[in-house]
Amino acid sequence: MAGALMTLPAGIAYLLLLLLPTLATVLLAFTDYELGATALGWIGLDNFREMLADRGFGVSVRNTLVYVGLVTPVSILGGLGLALLVEAGARGRAFFRAVFFLPVVSLTVAMAAAWQYLLHPTIGPVNAALRAMGVGTPFWLSSSDTVLLSLAAIGVWESIGFNMVLFMAGLTAIPRELYAAAEVDGARGGFDRFRLVTWPLLGPTTLFVLTISMIRSLRVFDTVAVLTQGGPNKASEVLLFTMYQQGFTYLRLGYSAAITLVFLAVVLALMWVQTRVLDKRVHYA
Amino acid sequence: MAGITITGVVKGFGATPVLRGVSLAVEPGEFVALVGPSGCGKTTLMRIIAGIETADAGEIVINERAVTRLRPAERDIAMVFQSYALYPHLTVRENIAVPLAMRRLSVLERLPLLGRLLPGARRKRASIGDEVRRAAAPLGLEPLLDRRPGQLSGGQRQRVALARAVVRRPAAFLMDEPLSNLDAALRVQTRREIVDIHRAAGVATLYVTHDQAEALTMADKVAVMMGGELLQVATPEAIYADPADLRVAGFIGSPRINTLAAEADAEGRVRVAGVPAGLRAEACGALTLALRPEALRPAAKGLPVAIEHLEFLGDGLLLHARHVPDGAALVARLEPEAREGLQPGAALRLGFAPGRALLFGADGRRVAARADAGLVPA
Repeated sequence: MAGALMTLPAGIAYLLLLLLPTLATVLLAFTDYELGATALGWIGLDNFREMLADRGFGVSVRNTLVYVGLVTPVSILGGLGLALLVEAGARGRAFFRAVFFLPVVSLTVAMAAAWQYLLHPTIGPVNAALRAMGVGTPFWLSSSDTVLLSLAAIGVWESIGFNMVLFMAGLTAIPRELYAAAEVDGARGGFDRFRLVTWPLLGPTTLFVLTISMIRSLRVFDTVAVLTQGGPNKASEVLLFTMYQQGFTYLRLGYSAAITLVFLAVVLALMWVQTRVLDKRVHYA
Repeated sequence: MAGITITGVVKGFGATPVLRGVSLAVEPGEFVALVGPSGCGKTTLMRIIAGIETADAGEIVINERAVTRLRPAERDIAMVFQSYALYPHLTVRENIAVPLAMRRLSVLERLPLLGRLLPGARRKRASIGDEVRRAAAPLGLEPLLDRRPGQLSGGQRQRVALARAVVRRPAAFLMDEPLSNLDAALRVQTRREIVDIHRAAGVATLYVTHDQAEALTMADKVAVMMGGELLQVATPEAIYADPADLRVAGFIGSPRINTLAAEADAEGRVRVAGVPAGLRAEACGALTLALRPEALRPAAKGLPVAIEHLEFLGDGLLLHARHVPDGAALVARLEPEAREGLQPGAALRLGFAPGRALLFGADGRRVAARADAGLVPA
């Protein structure tokens, strides 16, 4: 009884800050509530029916998946590659770690302005360089062909340093003796040593990085809101941006809550797959 | 049949010299124990022989092949690490198979799924499996083949590391304190097994240890290393009874060898605290007289001591005493029956046969001595 009483403060906080808002969102998703409205009606699954019928929502889901599909593998493999390179280097470890980690600690909205300048079709340095090389100059953020790619590049830039630092921590936990044993056992090249020691022993780190990277890239919002507003022609419309627009621009909180539920379902499904399938294949020492 | 020969190996870490020109030969089929206190450079020397570290200078020849500039994989050696260094994600079977798979299967054939489909890979894998079982059986590992290292006890992991070393039939074994993580009972048992493995394989073995009991019981030859130098390489009997250096005499043997300040006059007559010791040295000046605890026994004539305390060991009796003239601590190992009449605080004389006395010069090197009947011990 005393034990239950001791958990009461935490229990109340959990109830007020997490459980009730989540429950409210779930309930709202089945209503036509709009911000400021004096009444709301229970409309069952209408919000979800509308979502399925809405071409814009379908585009939003597709864009989000493409974005996740680009950013997650590139930032994981890139982060691992950078970590291996920096670890193998004789000096400058702290310097490189700081350089690549900087995007993680900097404010995305502020950095987005810098990216807008870099990728500007006429005055941007990127296109200036391409022009100098005599290659075509895309419109990057203002063309529907390249906008998602450009946003994904910014996304990779944002998270590659974070993944690198996580992998570096994982690498330092691998006993040096194992590399010595691998050498004596006949692992001649770097690839053999990577396959025999580094990759398997990084398993838990990689699973963690994969989970974090997927959630982070699923939640892409700031760059879209600042740089493209989902445009041009919905080519960079992503789930969270659609939700934000429905909820805060059109004030359709019920519909917005329904999108949030879909988002939550996608995240939970991914986590379930990861713990069910991948966790079994990872060796925890 | 192959041996290991190292010549003039020098190694320093920064400004700190670790190895100062070490030369050592392990003959084909021989078991050499490299023994020394912690930090004497013995593990560094072994890692240089394995190729995990590079020497600043010196040559290494394994199996009549200069390997100084070869990678560890090309040196045809197997190593047992102090930490065992088993691959934690692989089963016992896979761990033991690694040295074979790395050498016999191509990169493609080692791939998880595709590798099994390649022609020839199945046959190679089957033969590797047979050899793994053959290496595992004598060590009693067969029931454990599908476990992972995390599910094994320390002794079992140690056996897996041994099986991984023997499976490939290398030209030489290198063992780096393989028993130091085992409990005392298991250590004695595994000592025996390592000697058996060495005998069955018949290849040159270099065994690094800080435990003199391991070195003396297991090795054909013991190499004593201190401060980055080899002080003496000899049979265990010679290392114990005939040490070439005072530091060797002090390091080998438990309880520690007794040392007394002595001096020899111009004719080499040795005196301890001014009293003739019955020895004639082939040197003069300040010397150290060293006596093993079992060389001392109560006698009518000998070193005057005061008994401090007695330790009963079951099969023996340790008499701790102080040499009266200069207060040096002495230990004598006596028969348990000798306890009769020995009391702490009592005065006693400890005698020794001149043949058991060891003399060392001021530089720590051994000085030849012979008994001199003309000089009657006090």
